[in-house]
Amino acid sequence: MRFVDEYRDPAAAAAYADALRRITTRPWTIMEVCGGQTHAIVKFGVDELLPPGVTLVHGPGCPVCVTPLELIEKAIDLASRPNVTFCSFGDMLRVPGQSRDLLSVKAAGGDVRIVYSPLDALAIARRAPDREVVFFAVGFETTAPANAMAVAQAAEAGVSNFSILVSHVLVPPAMTAILSSPAARVQGFLAAGHVCTIMGVKEYEPLAATHHVPIVVTGFEPIDILQGVYMCVKQLEEGRAEVENQYARVVRRAGNRSAQQLIREVFRIVPRKWRGVGEIPASGLGLQPRYAAFDAEQRFGVADRVVDEPGECISGRIMQGLAKPPDCPAFGTVCTPEHPLGATMVSTEGACAAYYRYRRVRVPAGNAASPTR
Amino acid sequence: MCLAVPGRLLDIDGADPLLRAGRVDFAGIVKHVNLSYVPEAKVGDFVLVHVGFAISTVDEAEAGKVFSYLREMGDLAELSTDDSP
Amino acid sequence: MATDILTGFTCPLPLSQYPHVLLAHGGGGQLTNQLIEQLFVPAFGNPMLEQRHDGARLSLGGARLAFTTDSYVVRPLFFPGGDIGTLAVNGTVNDLAMCGARPAFLSAGFILEEGLEMATLWRVVASMRAAAQAAGVQLVTGDTKVVDRGRGDGLYVNTAGVGLVEHERVIAPASVRPGDVVLVSGDIGRHGMAVMAVREGLTFESDIDSDCAPLVEPVFALLDAGIDVHCLRDLTRGGLASALVEIARAAAVHVRVDEAAIPVREDVRGACEILGFDPLYVANEGRFIAIVPAADAAQALDVLQAVPVSAGARVIGTVSDQPAGCVTERSVIGATRVVDLLSGEQLPRIC
Repeated sequence: MRFVDEYRDPAAAAAYADALRRITTRPWTIMEVCGGQTHAIVKFGVDELLPPGVTLVHGPGCPVCVTPLELIEKAIDLASRPNVTFCSFGDMLRVPGQSRDLLSVKAAGGDVRIVYSPLDALAIARRAPDREVVFFAVGFETTAPANAMAVAQAAEAGVSNFSILVSHVLVPPAMTAILSSPAARVQGFLAAGHVCTIMGVKEYEPLAATHHVPIVVTGFEPIDILQGVYMCVKQLEEGRAEVENQYARVVRRAGNRSAQQLIREVFRIVPRKWRGVGEIPASGLGLQPRYAAFDAEQRFGVADRVVDEPGECISGRIMQGLAKPPDCPAFGTVCTPEHPLGATMVSTEGACAAYYRYRRVRVPAGNAASPTR
Repeated sequence: MCLAVPGRLLDIDGADPLLRAGRVDFAGIVKHVNLSYVPEAKVGDFVLVHVGFAISTVDEAEAGKVFSYLREMGDLAELSTDDSP
Repeated sequence: MATDILTGFTCPLPLSQYPHVLLAHGGGGQLTNQLIEQLFVPAFGNPMLEQRHDGARLSLGGARLAFTTDSYVVRPLFFPGGDIGTLAVNGTVNDLAMCGARPAFLSAGFILEEGLEMATLWRVVASMRAAAQAAGVQLVTGDTKVVDRGRGDGLYVNTAGVGLVEHERVIAPASVRPGDVVLVSGDIGRHGMAVMAVREGLTFESDIDSDCAPLVEPVFALLDAGIDVHCLRDLTRGGLASALVEIARAAAVHVRVDEAAIPVREDVRGACEILGFDPLYVANEGRFIAIVPAADAAQALDVLQAVPVSAGARVIGTVSDQPAGCVTERSVIGATRVVDLLSGEQLPRIC
């Protein structure tokens, strides 16, 4: 596949790994913010190629993981209503609420449907005017233009049975919160490449300057991540703290203007609660008042509830890079992918699930020989 | 987050900017994709697609730089080993 | 725990964990395994069931038989390259073939929903007839039930099959040895992605057909060539990964595969990429893995490649003793990752 396979080339991977080894003289802790990057690191074993001093920590870059428990409960409430067709991306279906997840609502008879695009949910609404169709609009800035377009098209076409349950979060405020924490140990960032495709790179410049951290906008294939880490470590070794763009093949400095425009038209910035972290001001998106008719929370009057997280879950500390999954007493015992306590264990790119699946297995030298060489 | 995959734009339909869409080829799979956010995209270009929307075009020249960067580093590494006493 | 008053059998599963059956219990991954290990096997415990292989090997009045059953609940009923009927016949035929048995007779039980179009039923039956003919088996007994409208989702089929084991080998996980080589009979992921392409909300244009096919010919080609086949396993739901993990666990060995060696068609990869699927876990219906001694590997490959349904056969891995019960994969960039069973079915993701 073009523009995919080249970035999985083993020779290039080895070359970047070599180069990294040559320039690393001290231990460095780098946070990759995006769940998609965590996923690639786990799948391809990228961190195995890093020199021992370079540690990657996984940030709160998984909108699935950070969607607050209260919102999951609202989703479950809506999905359980007989007149509602609840549409969602696949990622959200297994995220545990207080006692259930959307998949178990489906098991109990709820009309819960997986869609690939918010426009698919809109199409369902148009085909079934007698149903109330609610779309779980989860995501970072990357997905906001798509969700905005679904609302804009619905408004334009006068579709009255379509609404969205909004759970949009913004990356820069989260990074600021992490850097501002007194226990902060992150020294550099790999910024989320697809978020920056939409928003551009400018918003990271003040962060880099204020906190003196290098920020490298990075892609999602193994070579992208290796190059991103290389560029970040090089800055750290040289004492620089700039914003660089590793993912220039799709990220432009100004981002995607038409996407930003529609986001501003349909959404506005609001405070948002991040699961496990707490409320971060100006860190989320909510619908503009003129689109209130499409806001599922308002349409259905889903009551706000106070929901308690299981006491043992430390996913908040993990997402801020303050703890690692193995530090958690519940990790791998009470809390496993089959039986997750928190979102970081349920999502395939949540840090805990990544650690669990990817746990170090010592393969004796002779047994690691490739069979086809 | 943000699973986005590059594919080749096969055709474009829809004059209305909100509804501008086209078919994108991913190694033999073709998906109908919204193109409102890539007004500059032409048939034959590669676009990056996330949840049914093209969010950027792929700049082929930039794409190659990931590898030329490596080659430059390779040259530098050779230079420094030459210089070492 | 719930105790059955009549038999005193105490359900070992903590019901509080899963008071309802979930879709994932049928996914072929962790939860299915849990149901089998914690509910079914303890309930029925006997040495043949303990083998945990696709078909049971039995001795009956001097004859050595293999016996298996499978139920088919696929939606949609018709998909590119096949339908529930072709699956129902080939699935059971293949389970028997994986024991090294020559499939002979099948039964078919139909559960039909009131209101199902007769034309639909006829199409399915016609497919089954054609598939049975192609596989060389006869459908000799069956049953039909009709359930109320709204309870059956159209049509379900169960098939059971019996075949004769003509050879002396024990083809099962227990025969796998360190040093053995793992072969796959062709490219993976076609069935799962063919079905995905026509699922509501996920449609895409594709030329991917299900790989649904009988696997009797390549299995017997191996046996007839005198290959010392240690284990066979057809890949179904849960994909290549699940088959490898199940064997590694059952045989207490380490299976190491090479990502670069695992054949995946370009368009299947494209489909997997856009939905965020790992081809390793995507369903297949006409593929199997064969585990043979290293000395037989080259010949086994030649034999398989000479049969049309396994023309795409490749060597993909090796067996060793440590770490036991575990599957690892050498990724394309040369690092190692552990291959586990998934906890549920793969879902299309945006992350």
